[in-house]
Amino acid sequence: MAAPTTTPAPARRPGPTRIATPARERRRSPFLVELYRSSVGKKYVMAITGALLMGFVFAHMVGNLKMYLGAAEYDGYADFLRRLLVPILPRTVTLWLMRVGLIAAFALHIHAAYSLTRINHRARAVKYQSRRDYVAATYASRTMRWTGIIITLFLVWHLFDLSWTGTGYRSFYRGAVYENVDASLSRIPVAALYIVANLALGVHLFHGAWSLFQSLGWNNPRFNRWRKWFAYGFSGAVTLGNVSFPIAVLAGVVSR
Amino acid sequence: MASTLNLTLRVWRQDGPDDTGRFDTIEAPGIKDDMSFLEMLDVVNERLIEAGREPITFDHDCREGICGTCSLMIDGQAHGPQRGTATCQLHMRRFADGQTITVEPWRATAFPVIKDLMVDRSALDRIVEAGGYITAETGGAPDANLIPVPKPVADAAFDAAACIQCGACVAACPNGAANLFTAAKVAHLNLLPQGEAERYSRVENMVDVMEDHFGSCTNHGECEAACPKKISIDYIALMNKDYLRAKFKNRRYLSRNP
Repeated sequence: MAAPTTTPAPARRPGPTRIATPARERRRSPFLVELYRSSVGKKYVMAITGALLMGFVFAHMVGNLKMYLGAAEYDGYADFLRRLLVPILPRTVTLWLMRVGLIAAFALHIHAAYSLTRINHRARAVKYQSRRDYVAATYASRTMRWTGIIITLFLVWHLFDLSWTGTGYRSFYRGAVYENVDASLSRIPVAALYIVANLALGVHLFHGAWSLFQSLGWNNPRFNRWRKWFAYGFSGAVTLGNVSFPIAVLAGVVSR
Repeated sequence: MASTLNLTLRVWRQDGPDDTGRFDTIEAPGIKDDMSFLEMLDVVNERLIEAGREPITFDHDCREGICGTCSLMIDGQAHGPQRGTATCQLHMRRFADGQTITVEPWRATAFPVIKDLMVDRSALDRIVEAGGYITAETGGAPDANLIPVPKPVADAAFDAAACIQCGACVAACPNGAANLFTAAKVAHLNLLPQGEAERYSRVENMVDVMEDHFGSCTNHGECEAACPKKISIDYIALMNKDYLRAKFKNRRYLSRNP
């Protein structure tokens, strides 16, 4: 393809019989830093941290299903999390180790997403001036940045609501998980917020759960056709579970 | 039996790289439906020249879908609404009488507009220069089947080698990424024994140059849908896998003490 160039063409190399040399000398860095410097590497980080967060989100949903067994079971489960590995490690230490891992995963996931977004915006500084007609991109894949932002904002609210201070309902008791959930989600606008945020989470998870296989290079005709089904199943299960909680509270299934 | 179409074109006109550009509306009556899209543009251009106006500049060469020179974003789709074909293989029978067709050049920072619908795609050449070849002296032609290659592997390498470097993947990608192009160029050599020796330096060098010019992959799959050769995004996964291995092996620094 010999398109005329507008800028003076860089000095041509003496042809393809030359031995391939690195494009440029770079400072040698540890493997992971070197990898993270590239956008393919950042996608690995997106996929790995995304998978960790998926694991958390799934466990969180399954754990919350205990609320259907009643206050004693549910609060007992919350206490069990604080007592994880207790004779070996002091109370809450295991939980905090997991939280540190989660926070790190979140930070990396968001940083990688932010820097990739900037790279991508730079890669098409002048946008298409006419309407694009997408063929393969899904609603989920095209809204990842927005659903991601919604989830992050919701997460802050959610932590204030049920972990830190409560958000102005009856009264917030640390450790009285069942009562707090019931009090907070009995408010219709709050329940609606939880439902909307969890639908956004489901949409985000759908693209993520499929996309991570590609980013990690896990591509094999043996399981390729299952990747989309896994994404449907996983995001569907998490969304169904999570959305059921505010509905159950409003319907009086979960009630003090 | 051929019928004729009366069309309205909304074409991107840009006098040069520094011009801001605008859409011009050009009436195109009496277009035969067995013309290709490029033949339709030829007819429109002849009329423009006869009317003393500037013809539309667009890229084209072989007009049989093998050279990768033609481009065009047609109604928001790279190479138009037909799957697995380049613009030159798209026929006017795909359009309806009275339709308005919007034609825009490929948009990417690495593809600056030269004029009208013509863009400079030489950034793709930079990627190929970084490793899209085999450096070993090959000598005389070896006997057929001297190097055994499993049939499915040869087929996969051949499917990747079908890439005609048109840049539709970049144009269609919402991120302006060239991962499908690079992955195809990496795979058609990396899958074969001849390419094996430079497998890791190739993927590392080509991806690094790709990232100097283009965006990153978010797995939309638009590139695969736009590709006139229907190259699969499976190759992107393959490239990602080889890139990680290359970084892990760190062969660039093999035997070089700090």
